[in-house]
Amino acid sequence: MNKTRIEILGPGCANCKTLYERAESAARDLGLDYEIEKIADLNVILGYRVMSTPALVVNGQVKVSGRVPSVAQLKEMLS
Amino acid sequence: MSDLAASPAIPKPRTVQLARLLPFALVAWIVAYSLLGRISNWLSRDLLHLSPATHLGSAVAFFIYEAPKVLLLLTLVVFGVGIVRSFFTPERTRVILAGKKESAGNVLAAALGIVTPFCSCSAVPLFIGFLTAGIPLGVTFSFLISAPMVNEVALALLFGLFGWKVAALYLGTGLVVAIIAGWIIGRLHLERHVEPWVYKLVSGESDTVEERLTWEDRLRHGLAAVRDIVGKVWPYVLVGIAVGAGIHGWVPENFMASIMGKSVWWSVPLAVVIGVPMYSNAAGIIPVVHALLEKGAALGTVLAFMMAVIALSLPETIILRKVLKPTLIAVFLGVVTIGIIVVGYLFNWLI
Repeated sequence: MNKTRIEILGPGCANCKTLYERAESAARDLGLDYEIEKIADLNVILGYRVMSTPALVVNGQVKVSGRVPSVAQLKEMLS
Repeated sequence: MSDLAASPAIPKPRTVQLARLLPFALVAWIVAYSLLGRISNWLSRDLLHLSPATHLGSAVAFFIYEAPKVLLLLTLVVFGVGIVRSFFTPERTRVILAGKKESAGNVLAAALGIVTPFCSCSAVPLFIGFLTAGIPLGVTFSFLISAPMVNEVALALLFGLFGWKVAALYLGTGLVVAIIAGWIIGRLHLERHVEPWVYKLVSGESDTVEERLTWEDRLRHGLAAVRDIVGKVWPYVLVGIAVGAGIHGWVPENFMASIMGKSVWWSVPLAVVIGVPMYSNAAGIIPVVHALLEKGAALGTVLAFMMAVIALSLPETIILRKVLKPTLIAVFLGVVTIGIIVVGYLFNWLI
Protein backbone atom coordinates (compact mmCIF):
# COMPACT_ATOMS: atom_id res chain seq x y z
CA MET A 1 0.00 0.00 0.00
CA ASN A 2 1.32 3.41 -0.82
CA LYS A 3 1.69 5.96 1.91
CA THR A 4 -1.05 8.54 2.05
CA ARG A 5 0.55 11.92 1.63
CA ILE A 6 -1.30 14.63 3.52
CA GLU A 7 -0.45 18.29 3.11
CA ILE A 8 -2.00 21.11 5.07
CA LEU A 9 -1.69 24.40 3.23
CA GLY A 10 -1.69 27.58 5.22
CA PRO A 11 0.47 30.33 6.69
CA GLY A 12 -0.09 29.21 10.23
CA CYS A 13 -3.22 30.71 11.67
CA ALA A 14 -5.31 28.90 14.27
CA ASN A 15 -7.56 27.27 11.64
CA CYS A 16 -4.55 25.76 9.91
CA LYS A 17 -3.40 24.22 13.17
CA THR A 18 -6.86 22.80 13.86
CA LEU A 19 -7.02 21.27 10.39
CA TYR A 20 -3.60 19.70 10.91
CA GLU A 21 -4.62 18.15 14.22
CA ARG A 22 -7.95 16.91 12.94
CA ALA A 23 -6.45 15.48 9.77
CA GLU A 24 -3.84 13.60 11.73
CA SER A 25 -6.48 12.35 14.13
CA ALA A 26 -8.59 11.11 11.24
CA ALA A 27 -5.62 9.41 9.58
CA ARG A 28 -4.73 7.66 12.82
CA ASP A 29 -8.29 6.55 13.41
CA LEU A 30 -8.40 5.06 9.93
CA GLY A 31 -5.14 3.25 10.57
CA LEU A 32 -3.57 4.75 7.47
CA ASP A 33 0.11 4.64 6.65
CA TYR A 34 0.43 8.37 6.29
CA GLU A 35 2.83 11.25 6.28
CA ILE A 36 1.56 14.71 7.09
CA GLU A 37 3.17 18.04 6.38
CA LYS A 38 2.32 21.65 7.05
CA ILE A 39 3.07 23.87 4.06
CA ALA A 40 3.35 27.62 4.51
CA ASP A 41 5.36 28.24 1.34
CA LEU A 42 3.32 30.59 -0.81
CA ASN A 43 4.66 29.20 -4.08
CA VAL A 44 3.48 25.71 -3.26
CA ILE A 45 0.08 27.00 -2.14
CA LEU A 46 -0.31 28.96 -5.35
CA GLY A 47 0.84 25.95 -7.32
CA TYR A 48 -2.25 24.13 -6.13
CA ARG A 49 -4.33 27.14 -7.21
CA VAL A 50 -5.86 27.33 -3.77
CA MET A 51 -7.51 30.62 -2.95
CA SER A 52 -8.47 30.22 0.64
CA THR A 53 -6.53 28.62 3.39
CA PRO A 54 -6.48 26.39 5.28
CA ALA A 55 -6.59 23.72 2.61
CA LEU A 56 -6.20 19.97 2.64
CA VAL A 57 -4.29 18.16 -0.08
CA VAL A 58 -4.31 14.35 -0.18
CA ASN A 59 -1.86 12.64 -2.56
CA GLY A 60 -1.59 15.79 -4.61
CA GLN A 61 -5.29 16.42 -4.91
CA VAL A 62 -6.99 19.37 -3.22
CA LYS A 63 -9.83 17.95 -1.14
CA VAL A 64 -11.10 21.00 0.67
CA SER A 65 -10.14 24.62 0.98
CA GLY A 66 -11.30 27.53 3.06
CA ARG A 67 -12.82 25.65 5.95
CA VAL A 68 -11.99 23.14 8.63
CA PRO A 69 -14.10 20.00 8.28
CA SER A 70 -14.90 17.78 11.23
CA VAL A 71 -12.84 14.67 11.95
CA ALA A 72 -15.72 12.54 10.61
CA GLN A 73 -15.78 14.43 7.33
CA LEU A 74 -12.00 14.25 7.11
CA LYS A 75 -12.13 10.48 7.48
CA GLU A 76 -14.36 10.34 4.41
CA MET A 77 -11.93 12.50 2.48
CA LEU A 78 -8.93 10.43 3.47
CA SER A 79 -10.34 7.02 2.69
CA MET B 1 -12.23 -8.87 -4.60
CA SER B 2 -15.49 -10.69 -5.17
CA ASP B 3 -16.24 -11.08 -1.47
CA LEU B 4 -16.48 -7.28 -1.21
CA ALA B 5 -19.09 -7.19 -3.90
CA ALA B 6 -21.13 -9.80 -2.08
CA SER B 7 -21.11 -8.21 1.37
CA PRO B 8 -23.88 -5.75 2.22
CA ALA B 9 -23.13 -2.06 2.23
CA ILE B 10 -21.85 -0.83 5.57
CA PRO B 11 -24.57 1.39 6.98
CA LYS B 12 -23.55 4.96 7.77
CA PRO B 13 -23.55 5.66 11.48
CA ARG B 14 -26.86 7.15 12.57
CA THR B 15 -26.25 10.87 12.92
CA VAL B 16 -28.70 13.29 14.42
CA GLN B 17 -31.05 14.79 11.87
CA LEU B 18 -30.38 18.45 12.37
CA ALA B 19 -33.29 19.46 10.21
CA ARG B 20 -35.66 17.79 12.66
CA LEU B 21 -34.13 19.53 15.65
CA LEU B 22 -34.12 22.96 14.05
CA PRO B 23 -37.74 24.00 14.75
CA PHE B 24 -37.39 23.03 18.40
CA ALA B 25 -34.14 24.93 18.74
CA LEU B 26 -35.68 28.03 17.19
CA VAL B 27 -38.70 27.90 19.47
CA ALA B 28 -36.44 27.45 22.49
CA TRP B 29 -34.44 30.46 21.39
CA ILE B 30 -37.50 32.65 20.97
CA VAL B 31 -38.84 31.64 24.36
CA ALA B 32 -35.51 32.27 26.08
CA TYR B 33 -35.09 35.64 24.42
CA SER B 34 -38.56 36.90 25.32
CA LEU B 35 -38.22 35.85 28.93
CA LEU B 36 -34.80 37.42 29.37
CA GLY B 37 -35.99 40.77 30.62
CA ARG B 38 -38.21 39.25 33.27
CA ILE B 39 -35.69 36.66 34.39
CA SER B 40 -32.86 39.14 34.74
CA ASN B 41 -35.07 41.57 36.63
CA TRP B 42 -36.12 38.82 38.98
CA LEU B 43 -32.51 37.75 39.46
CA SER B 44 -31.12 41.15 40.23
CA ARG B 45 -34.07 42.61 42.10
CA ASP B 46 -35.65 39.76 44.00
CA LEU B 47 -32.91 37.19 44.32
CA LEU B 48 -29.87 39.36 44.83
CA HIS B 49 -31.64 42.39 46.25
CA LEU B 50 -29.69 44.86 44.19
CA SER B 51 -30.95 48.37 44.06
CA PRO B 52 -30.60 50.05 40.69
CA ALA B 53 -29.74 53.24 42.48
CA THR B 54 -26.39 51.93 43.67
CA HIS B 55 -23.33 51.68 41.43
CA LEU B 56 -22.92 47.96 42.00
CA GLY B 57 -26.60 47.29 41.59
CA SER B 58 -26.76 49.13 38.34
CA ALA B 59 -23.63 47.48 36.98
CA VAL B 60 -24.63 43.93 37.90
CA ALA B 61 -28.17 44.35 36.59
CA PHE B 62 -26.70 45.60 33.31
CA PHE B 63 -24.48 42.53 33.13
CA ILE B 64 -27.20 40.03 33.99
CA TYR B 65 -29.47 41.43 31.32
CA GLU B 66 -26.98 42.12 28.55
CA ALA B 67 -24.76 39.03 28.73
CA PRO B 68 -27.33 36.31 27.95
CA LYS B 69 -29.13 38.59 25.48
CA VAL B 70 -25.99 39.31 23.50
CA LEU B 71 -24.86 35.68 23.56
CA LEU B 72 -28.26 34.49 22.34
CA LEU B 73 -28.28 37.00 19.50
CA LEU B 74 -24.72 36.16 18.60
CA THR B 75 -25.55 32.46 18.41
CA LEU B 76 -28.53 33.06 16.14
CA VAL B 77 -26.74 35.42 13.79
CA VAL B 78 -23.61 33.31 13.54
CA PHE B 79 -25.75 30.25 12.80
CA GLY B 80 -27.73 32.10 10.13
CA VAL B 81 -24.67 33.61 8.50
CA GLY B 82 -22.91 30.24 8.64
CA ILE B 83 -25.72 28.79 6.56
CA VAL B 84 -25.64 31.69 4.09
CA ARG B 85 -21.88 31.30 3.78
CA SER B 86 -22.25 27.67 2.82
CA PHE B 87 -23.64 28.93 -0.48
CA PHE B 88 -20.53 30.95 -1.24
CA THR B 89 -16.93 30.09 -1.79
CA PRO B 90 -14.01 32.30 -2.85
CA GLU B 91 -13.84 30.25 -6.06
CA ARG B 92 -17.45 31.07 -6.90
CA THR B 93 -16.99 34.72 -5.98
CA ARG B 94 -13.97 34.83 -8.24
CA VAL B 95 -16.02 33.51 -11.13
CA ILE B 96 -18.82 35.99 -10.47
CA LEU B 97 -16.49 38.97 -10.33
CA ALA B 98 -14.27 37.94 -13.23
CA GLY B 99 -16.02 39.75 -16.04
CA LYS B 100 -17.22 42.80 -14.22
CA LYS B 101 -16.01 46.32 -14.89
CA GLU B 102 -15.33 48.82 -12.15
CA SER B 103 -18.24 50.55 -10.38
CA ALA B 104 -20.62 47.62 -10.77
CA GLY B 105 -17.74 45.37 -9.84
CA ASN B 106 -16.98 47.41 -6.73
CA VAL B 107 -20.57 47.16 -5.50
CA LEU B 108 -20.75 43.43 -6.18
CA ALA B 109 -17.35 42.81 -4.60
CA ALA B 110 -18.28 44.68 -1.44
CA ALA B 111 -21.56 42.79 -1.17
CA LEU B 112 -19.87 39.44 -1.77
CA GLY B 113 -17.24 40.31 0.83
CA ILE B 114 -19.89 39.99 3.48
CA VAL B 115 -21.12 36.53 2.54
CA THR B 116 -17.98 34.85 1.27
CA PRO B 117 -16.13 32.95 3.97
CA PHE B 118 -12.76 34.57 4.32
CA CYS B 119 -9.90 34.19 6.76
CA SER B 120 -7.30 36.97 6.82
CA CYS B 121 -4.60 34.37 6.55
CA SER B 122 -5.75 33.65 3.01
CA ALA B 123 -5.62 37.30 1.97
CA VAL B 124 -2.64 36.69 -0.29
CA PRO B 125 -3.80 33.59 -2.19
CA LEU B 126 -7.18 35.21 -2.59
CA PHE B 127 -5.69 38.48 -3.83
CA ILE B 128 -3.61 36.62 -6.37
CA GLY B 129 -6.51 34.40 -7.36
CA PHE B 130 -8.66 37.46 -8.05
CA LEU B 131 -6.03 39.36 -10.00
CA THR B 132 -5.13 36.41 -12.19
CA ALA B 133 -8.80 35.96 -13.04
CA GLY B 134 -8.75 39.47 -14.47
CA ILE B 135 -10.60 41.11 -11.61
CA PRO B 136 -9.50 44.79 -11.46
CA LEU B 137 -7.33 45.90 -8.55
CA GLY B 138 -9.93 48.32 -7.20
CA VAL B 139 -12.66 45.70 -7.23
CA THR B 140 -10.40 43.28 -5.37
CA PHE B 141 -9.82 45.93 -2.74
CA SER B 142 -13.53 46.52 -2.31
CA PHE B 143 -13.77 42.86 -1.39
CA LEU B 144 -10.78 42.98 0.94
CA ILE B 145 -12.17 45.99 2.77
CA SER B 146 -15.72 44.80 3.29
CA ALA B 147 -14.83 41.24 4.25
CA PRO B 148 -13.27 41.93 7.65
CA MET B 149 -15.20 45.09 8.42
CA VAL B 150 -18.76 44.01 7.83
CA ASN B 151 -18.69 40.88 9.89
CA GLU B 152 -21.62 39.09 11.39
CA VAL B 153 -20.33 39.23 14.94
CA ALA B 154 -20.18 43.01 14.80
CA LEU B 155 -23.64 43.22 13.25
CA ALA B 156 -25.18 40.80 15.74
CA LEU B 157 -23.78 42.69 18.68
CA LEU B 158 -24.74 46.09 17.32
CA PHE B 159 -28.23 44.82 16.70
CA GLY B 160 -28.46 43.33 20.17
CA LEU B 161 -27.17 46.34 22.02
CA PHE B 162 -28.40 49.24 19.93
CA GLY B 163 -31.22 47.99 17.77
CA TRP B 164 -31.60 47.31 14.09
CA LYS B 165 -31.16 50.89 12.93
CA VAL B 166 -27.60 51.15 14.19
CA ALA B 167 -26.75 47.72 12.83
CA ALA B 168 -28.22 48.63 9.44
CA LEU B 169 -26.29 51.90 9.47
CA TYR B 170 -23.04 50.11 10.17
CA LEU B 171 -23.78 47.63 7.40
CA GLY B 172 -24.69 50.36 4.94
CA THR B 173 -21.77 52.63 5.61
CA GLY B 174 -19.36 49.71 5.78
CA LEU B 175 -20.42 48.79 2.26
CA VAL B 176 -20.17 52.39 1.09
CA VAL B 177 -16.64 52.76 2.46
CA ALA B 178 -15.63 49.47 0.79
CA ILE B 179 -17.18 50.43 -2.55
CA ILE B 180 -15.86 53.96 -2.71
CA ALA B 181 -12.40 53.21 -1.33
CA GLY B 182 -12.03 50.35 -3.80
CA TRP B 183 -13.24 52.52 -6.63
CA ILE B 184 -10.80 55.31 -5.75
CA ILE B 185 -7.91 52.88 -5.58
CA GLY B 186 -8.96 51.58 -8.99
CA ARG B 187 -9.08 55.09 -10.45
CA LEU B 188 -5.57 55.81 -9.19
CA HIS B 189 -4.23 53.08 -11.48
CA LEU B 190 -1.78 51.74 -8.96
CA GLU B 191 -1.25 48.44 -10.73
CA ARG B 192 2.46 49.13 -11.00
CA HIS B 193 2.60 49.07 -7.21
CA VAL B 194 1.62 45.45 -7.04
CA GLU B 195 4.64 43.22 -6.73
CA PRO B 196 5.53 42.37 -10.36
CA TRP B 197 5.72 38.62 -9.87
CA VAL B 198 1.98 38.54 -9.19
CA TYR B 199 1.05 39.58 -12.69
CA LYS B 200 3.44 37.07 -14.17
CA LEU B 201 1.52 34.20 -12.66
CA VAL B 202 -0.52 32.22 -15.10
CA SER B 203 -4.18 32.21 -14.31
CA GLY B 204 -5.96 28.94 -14.19
CA GLU B 205 -9.12 27.32 -13.06
CA SER B 206 -9.19 26.27 -9.47
CA ASP B 207 -8.64 22.59 -8.94
CA THR B 208 -10.90 22.40 -5.94
CA VAL B 209 -13.77 20.00 -6.24
CA GLU B 210 -17.06 21.86 -6.07
CA GLU B 211 -18.85 20.31 -3.16
CA ARG B 212 -22.51 19.52 -3.46
CA LEU B 213 -24.07 20.40 -0.17
CA THR B 214 -27.39 19.15 1.10
CA TRP B 215 -29.51 21.15 3.52
CA GLU B 216 -28.36 18.84 6.27
CA ASP B 217 -24.76 19.77 5.37
CA ARG B 218 -25.63 23.44 5.47
CA LEU B 219 -27.21 23.16 8.90
CA ARG B 220 -24.12 21.37 10.07
CA HIS B 221 -22.05 24.18 8.64
CA GLY B 222 -24.07 26.69 10.65
CA LEU B 223 -23.67 24.64 13.78
CA ALA B 224 -19.93 24.31 13.23
CA ALA B 225 -19.75 28.08 12.79
CA VAL B 226 -21.51 28.56 16.14
CA ARG B 227 -19.17 26.12 17.85
CA ASP B 228 -16.10 27.73 16.33
CA ILE B 229 -16.96 31.41 16.48
CA VAL B 230 -19.12 31.69 19.57
CA GLY B 231 -16.92 29.12 21.26
CA LYS B 232 -13.91 31.31 20.61
CA VAL B 233 -15.45 34.68 21.21
CA TRP B 234 -17.70 34.35 24.25
CA PRO B 235 -15.01 35.18 26.85
CA TYR B 236 -14.32 38.43 25.02
CA VAL B 237 -18.01 39.23 24.92
CA LEU B 238 -18.37 38.64 28.67
CA VAL B 239 -15.32 40.73 29.50
CA GLY B 240 -16.52 43.44 27.17
CA ILE B 241 -19.96 43.48 28.78
CA ALA B 242 -18.38 43.45 32.23
CA VAL B 243 -16.32 46.51 31.33
CA GLY B 244 -19.43 48.05 29.85
CA ALA B 245 -21.29 47.25 33.08
CA GLY B 246 -18.57 48.92 35.11
CA ILE B 247 -18.72 52.05 32.99
CA HIS B 248 -22.51 51.95 33.17
CA GLY B 249 -22.49 51.73 36.94
CA TRP B 250 -19.66 53.99 37.91
CA VAL B 251 -18.68 56.51 35.26
CA PRO B 252 -20.69 59.70 35.60
CA GLU B 253 -23.07 60.76 32.87
CA ASN B 254 -21.63 62.84 30.07
CA PHE B 255 -18.08 62.10 31.09
CA MET B 256 -17.30 60.98 27.57
CA ALA B 257 -19.05 63.92 26.00
CA SER B 258 -16.03 66.09 26.61
CA ILE B 259 -13.61 63.91 24.61
CA MET B 260 -15.85 61.97 22.27
CA GLY B 261 -18.82 64.24 22.03
CA LYS B 262 -20.22 66.07 19.06
CA SER B 263 -19.12 69.51 20.05
CA VAL B 264 -15.45 68.61 19.75
CA TRP B 265 -14.61 68.68 16.04
CA TRP B 266 -11.44 66.67 16.37
CA SER B 267 -13.06 63.75 18.15
CA VAL B 268 -13.73 61.80 14.94
CA PRO B 269 -10.25 61.91 13.40
CA LEU B 270 -8.71 61.31 16.82
CA ALA B 271 -10.89 58.27 17.46
CA VAL B 272 -10.08 56.85 14.02
CA VAL B 273 -6.36 57.48 14.29
CA ILE B 274 -6.33 55.74 17.67
CA GLY B 275 -8.41 52.90 16.26
CA VAL B 276 -6.43 52.12 13.11
CA PRO B 277 -3.35 50.59 14.75
CA MET B 278 -5.52 48.71 17.20
CA TYR B 279 -6.93 45.40 16.27
CA SER B 280 -9.54 43.56 18.18
CA ASN B 281 -12.26 41.21 17.25
CA ALA B 282 -15.67 42.82 17.11
CA ALA B 283 -16.93 40.96 20.13
CA GLY B 284 -14.52 42.45 22.58
CA ILE B 285 -15.03 46.02 21.61
CA ILE B 286 -18.72 46.48 21.09
CA PRO B 287 -19.94 46.24 24.66
CA VAL B 288 -17.36 48.85 25.60
CA VAL B 289 -18.69 50.96 22.75
CA HIS B 290 -22.14 50.61 24.26
CA ALA B 291 -21.11 51.99 27.58
CA LEU B 292 -19.18 54.83 25.94
CA LEU B 293 -22.30 55.80 24.03
CA GLU B 294 -24.34 55.80 27.17
CA LYS B 295 -21.96 58.22 28.78
CA GLY B 296 -22.31 60.81 26.10
CA ALA B 297 -19.91 59.85 23.34
CA ALA B 298 -21.32 60.71 19.91
CA LEU B 299 -22.56 57.80 17.81
CA GLY B 300 -20.54 58.79 14.76
CA THR B 301 -17.30 59.00 16.67
CA VAL B 302 -17.82 55.68 18.39
CA LEU B 303 -18.85 53.80 15.21
CA ALA B 304 -15.93 55.30 13.33
CA PHE B 305 -13.62 54.13 16.10
CA MET B 306 -15.08 50.66 15.90
CA MET B 307 -14.71 50.49 12.13
CA ALA B 308 -11.12 51.67 12.34
CA VAL B 309 -10.29 48.97 14.86
CA ILE B 310 -11.98 46.13 13.01
CA ALA B 311 -11.36 47.01 9.36
CA LEU B 312 -7.62 47.45 9.41
CA SER B 313 -5.52 44.83 11.08
CA LEU B 314 -1.78 44.92 11.42
CA PRO B 315 -1.36 41.18 10.82
CA GLU B 316 -3.29 41.36 7.55
CA THR B 317 -1.33 44.41 6.40
CA ILE B 318 1.93 42.60 7.09
CA ILE B 319 0.71 39.60 5.13
CA LEU B 320 -0.30 41.80 2.20
CA ARG B 321 3.21 43.24 2.03
CA LYS B 322 4.10 40.08 0.13
CA VAL B 323 2.05 41.21 -2.83
CA LEU B 324 1.73 44.96 -2.42
CA LYS B 325 4.48 47.54 -2.53
CA PRO B 326 4.59 49.99 0.39
CA THR B 327 3.04 52.81 -1.67
CA LEU B 328 -0.05 50.77 -2.40
CA ILE B 329 -0.34 49.65 1.20
CA ALA B 330 -0.10 53.27 2.31
CA VAL B 331 -2.77 54.32 -0.18
CA PHE B 332 -4.99 51.46 0.95
CA LEU B 333 -4.67 52.43 4.62
CA GLY B 334 -5.03 56.12 3.82
CA VAL B 335 -8.15 55.81 1.68
CA VAL B 336 -9.92 53.53 4.15
CA THR B 337 -8.98 55.77 7.08
CA ILE B 338 -10.29 58.88 5.34
CA GLY B 339 -13.45 57.01 4.34
CA ILE B 340 -14.09 56.04 7.94
CA ILE B 341 -13.48 59.58 9.17
CA VAL B 342 -15.97 60.92 6.63
CA VAL B 343 -18.52 58.35 7.79
CA GLY B 344 -17.94 59.39 11.39
CA TYR B 345 -18.61 63.04 10.62
CA LEU B 346 -21.65 62.09 8.57
CA PHE B 347 -23.20 60.17 11.46
CA ASN B 348 -22.53 62.93 13.95
CA TRP B 349 -24.11 65.40 11.62
CA LEU B 350 -27.13 63.29 10.75
CA ILE B 351 -28.05 61.92 14.14
